[in-house]
Amino acid sequence: MEANLSGTGRLPAAFLTPGSSSFLDFLDSHAPQLLPGRRPLPEGMTVEAPHGTTIVSAVFDGGVVLAGDRRATMGNVIAQRDIEKVFPADEYSAVGIAGTAGLAVEMVRLFQLELEHYEKIEGAVLSFEGKANRLTTMIRSNLAMAMQGLAVVPVFAGYDLDLGRGRIFTYDVTGGRSEERAGFAATGSGSVFARGSMKKLYRDGLTGEQAATLAVQALYDAADDDSATGGPDLARKIFPIVTLITEDGFRRLTEDEVSAIAVSITDQRRQHPNGPQAPLL
Amino acid sequence: MSTPFYVSPQQAMADRAEYARKGIARGRSVVVLTYADGIVFVAENTSRALHKVSEIYDKIAFAAVGRYNEFENLRIGGVRYADLRGYSYDRADVTARGLANVYAQTLGTIFSSVGEKPYEVELIVAEVGRSDADDQIYRLTPDGSVVDEKNAVVVGGNADSIGSYLGQRHRAGLGLAEALKLAVDGLARDPNGGTPRTLTPEQLEVAVLDRQRPQQRKFKRILGGQLARLLSGDESAAAEDGDDEGADTE
Repeated sequence: MEANLSGTGRLPAAFLTPGSSSFLDFLDSHAPQLLPGRRPLPEGMTVEAPHGTTIVSAVFDGGVVLAGDRRATMGNVIAQRDIEKVFPADEYSAVGIAGTAGLAVEMVRLFQLELEHYEKIEGAVLSFEGKANRLTTMIRSNLAMAMQGLAVVPVFAGYDLDLGRGRIFTYDVTGGRSEERAGFAATGSGSVFARGSMKKLYRDGLTGEQAATLAVQALYDAADDDSATGGPDLARKIFPIVTLITEDGFRRLTEDEVSAIAVSITDQRRQHPNGPQAPLL
Repeated sequence: MSTPFYVSPQQAMADRAEYARKGIARGRSVVVLTYADGIVFVAENTSRALHKVSEIYDKIAFAAVGRYNEFENLRIGGVRYADLRGYSYDRADVTARGLANVYAQTLGTIFSSVGEKPYEVELIVAEVGRSDADDQIYRLTPDGSVVDEKNAVVVGGNADSIGSYLGQRHRAGLGLAEALKLAVDGLARDPNGGTPRTLTPEQLEVAVLDRQRPQQRKFKRILGGQLARLLSGDESAAAEDGDDEGADTE
């Protein structure tokens, strides 16, 4: 394979063998050393590596919002202030990842490639469930590493073109997948607080703009109570990443748009530090 | 027991080249032209499932004529090569030149190997650049030769006659509708000088590598209504993004 990657020599037989439309399967048979799950790990050791933290997602009328804070931590240390944890998977879906940052970024690259590869080989796009299942396979292959503290836990959100609505799937470290029918979901260390926040703020019939505000509110609440989640950093102008996926495809809100939402939330919290209040009954 | 004949290497290669050429000449042609915003691929193909023109990578596309199972194999190999290379290095490191090289090696080895029959295919690998000066088009023949082409290329049945027709009329900076019309006029010509055939949108497979496309992946199929409007000379239809946004589907 090395000789081939340098750009000379005949394509090896594996390249011309018809069959699988999956890039993962191709890597598995042709270059397994490139698959993250195949790397041997030393026994009985845990590895210190930067961890990404909170991801939130909510369905609105005509789409879904997926957002993440920008902090990565390593133990007590803030490893990175401006890490990006939300990525487009293809035109109509996105994936946000909590867990070991290095593995997460690699898993996302492979996942993006897996969807694109299928699309090019087959001339058709995978179904939404099909995409969600491919992600399951990838998380499952990472289980050995997860046992040693290198877990990767994604949220997969997107617009299902067949059903005509936004959908969210969450995963656990074993690859167990569940669809969030309540309309919102969160993962990562601050997810408990983010979910509590969304529980009180979420309602049916939100617009995309309102859903983006909801997501930033939830991340604010997560950062308020979880030291590993970063809130909007007005001084450094580092704001959460907020993405909307609708019938028109994936769109990441510009820094100006997110900063406007973050500033209005911060202003409101100067009056009410705990944020908006839901009625008692 | 019969005595084996001596066949000179020249004769053996000439026979193989002739065999491959005959296979290719049976099929309809594919035209590849540069236009102002990129490269357009036009194939005469009534099938909507079996493509002659396909996406390989961000800026690279593939067109082929000849035996379907053979060029489909090469196409899949090319997609795997490009995706693996882009994953191991970076998306920017996948080039048409590299891919053309790999195809040339593959075709060349098969052509001269005694145990295999030569592939009856002719390929085009094209890459759209930032400006029209950076566009690259490579033509690959069954014996593994690579020809670095400019402006307009034809492979398939009547390649020579269509090629000379296009060569005389192609100029830099054509609009998409103009380029498409030129390509279709070329394909419709009768090589024996008779009246040209009429080609309807249903008989054509059209795709572009459009450098103005905001997405990372520049390949786009032109289908249905948009194709009909472009064929009728409506240049404004070139800006439509179609209904197959990014997807390689019908």
